[in-house]
Amino acid sequence: MTGQIVQFGIDALSLGSLYALMALGLVIVYGILKLVNFAYGELVMVTGYTLFLLNGSPLPWLVMALVAVIIAILTGISTELVAFKPVREKSVTAVLITSFAFSTLLQNFVLLFISPRARQVPLPDIFTQTVELAGVIVPLRNLLTIACAFIMLGLFSWALKKTVLGIALRAAASQFRMARMLGVPANLIITTAFAISGLFAGVVGILWLGRIGSVVPGIGLEPLLVAFIATVIGGMRSLQGAVVGGFLLAFVDVSLNYLLPQHLLQFRDAFTFSFVILFLLMKPDGLIPGPASGERT
Amino acid sequence: MLKVENLSVSYGAIAAVKKVDIEVREGELVTLLGANGAGKTTTLLAIAGVLRNSGKILFRDREISHWSPEKVAHAGIAMVPETRDVFADLTVLENLRLGAFTRRKDTQGCEKDLAGMFELFPILEERRTQPAGTLSGGEQQQLVIARALMSRPQLLLLDEPSMGLAPAIVDKIFDYIARLKQTGLTILLVEQNARKALTCADRAYVLALGEVAASGSAREISESSDLAALYLGG
Ligand SMILES: Nc1ncnc2c1ncn2[C@@H]1O[C@H](COP(=O)(O)OP(=O)(O)OP(=O)(O)O)[C@@H](O)[C@H]1O
Ligand SMILES: [Mg+2]
Repeated sequence: MTGQIVQFGIDALSLGSLYALMALGLVIVYGILKLVNFAYGELVMVTGYTLFLLNGSPLPWLVMALVAVIIAILTGISTELVAFKPVREKSVTAVLITSFAFSTLLQNFVLLFISPRARQVPLPDIFTQTVELAGVIVPLRNLLTIACAFIMLGLFSWALKKTVLGIALRAAASQFRMARMLGVPANLIITTAFAISGLFAGVVGILWLGRIGSVVPGIGLEPLLVAFIATVIGGMRSLQGAVVGGFLLAFVDVSLNYLLPQHLLQFRDAFTFSFVILFLLMKPDGLIPGPASGERT
Repeated sequence: MLKVENLSVSYGAIAAVKKVDIEVREGELVTLLGANGAGKTTTLLAIAGVLRNSGKILFRDREISHWSPEKVAHAGIAMVPETRDVFADLTVLENLRLGAFTRRKDTQGCEKDLAGMFELFPILEERRTQPAGTLSGGEQQQLVIARALMSRPQLLLLDEPSMGLAPAIVDKIFDYIARLKQTGLTILLVEQNARKALTCADRAYVLALGEVAASGSAREISESSDLAALYLGG
């Protein structure tokens, strides 16, 4: 019994950690621009393919992972430059389309120059090893995921509270125009938000690939969807909401994994979505509605 | 110090400000009066770099008409907006720290000014760790004035600092404004409360339907009775 609880707890926590990081990466940009970045999933994809391309290079794996995350950050920043900046003042619809377009562009680039089929990425043994905890066999990568997420969440919330840039980011999320009137440069804030988004997507990418082992051009869809649902559950306006939403969604997913009989397991997502719909009917603003926010800029 | 020449601002098809000329000299307190919708806020926002405009805005002989809000802030113009715009989920202290964003490298000076603000507005010190959104309207108004002052501005734009406040607090706010003027700060004050504004101002402009309907010394404006009837609500 305790074994099962431990197993369930670690499954839910590690999936929740991933979901929370995914959601944070999406909501940090949404918070500032009030726009959803539909090319967000491709940041995960880019991480995967960078890792794939570095396969066989003499670099230690940790350096490869670092390079992959850096590429994700740079791709995040270019999303802003290519898809958002030119049109973000004109209309919401335009940004919707350009971010979709950028996402398609990146995917097609990979389809054309690499392959439509799955590609193995290099992974160190730690991702396949297991440990015994309270009598159950636990994949080490799950513990690694939890540790990674907690470190990142801790650092992130520290930076948001204690650094000037962090405070400015939070201010810009609630009153962008006022923050600018105090001298906070709009471009710095927006670029930082996209860079953080890329950082989260990159780390998520590495941990996600650690679970599935290979990368395909469409790999970004699930993280985007998960992040989107988690933020909607949590409340689009708050960072805490995104984290809570991520953990809640993972809790539901893992519970269904444990509870659903075998023949219904393939329909798990249908159950998850039903839960999300019911939830939104009861709490349309999400769990943590967040501060009343300023206008879109 | 500030020279606005031929300023026009429109929101789509609506011309909110038409060919307005305003001058504020160093050390002056100039008030901008007018009925609701006359274009006062629009004028201030254009000066602050928020609204696209045509015409010329000169600050210390530099043209700032098309500068971004952040650049205007760095040049030394601070704004207390009509909507107050406190950062609701930031603490009072964080709001004030952000007010000093343009001079954040000067940590010592910032700490000193922070202490000064707490002396000027004791309630803010009491509430320093509280989220700004939980402050009362009057406390928020004190906070946004203090936040603007934290940048050590050369020119302060104040948009209806007395709006929605109880008479006792209004008196207090005007008291602060008078004190600020004494320190030599240049102020452009927008007010509905014309009588109060005119008692502390050096000069005044009256806007009507987006145009300057009258201007002159505060005394001239307050003494011209037809103006009072027309634009200042009797
Ligand atoms: N964002 C906007 N979009 C369209 N029209 C606007 C906008 N803001 C202001 N206006 C219009 O511009 C005119 C001037 O508005 P402004 O806010 O400058 O007036 P004001 O003098 O500050 O009035 P009040 O004393 O009520 O604050 C008004 O007719 C108003 O309806
Ligand atoms: Mg106004």
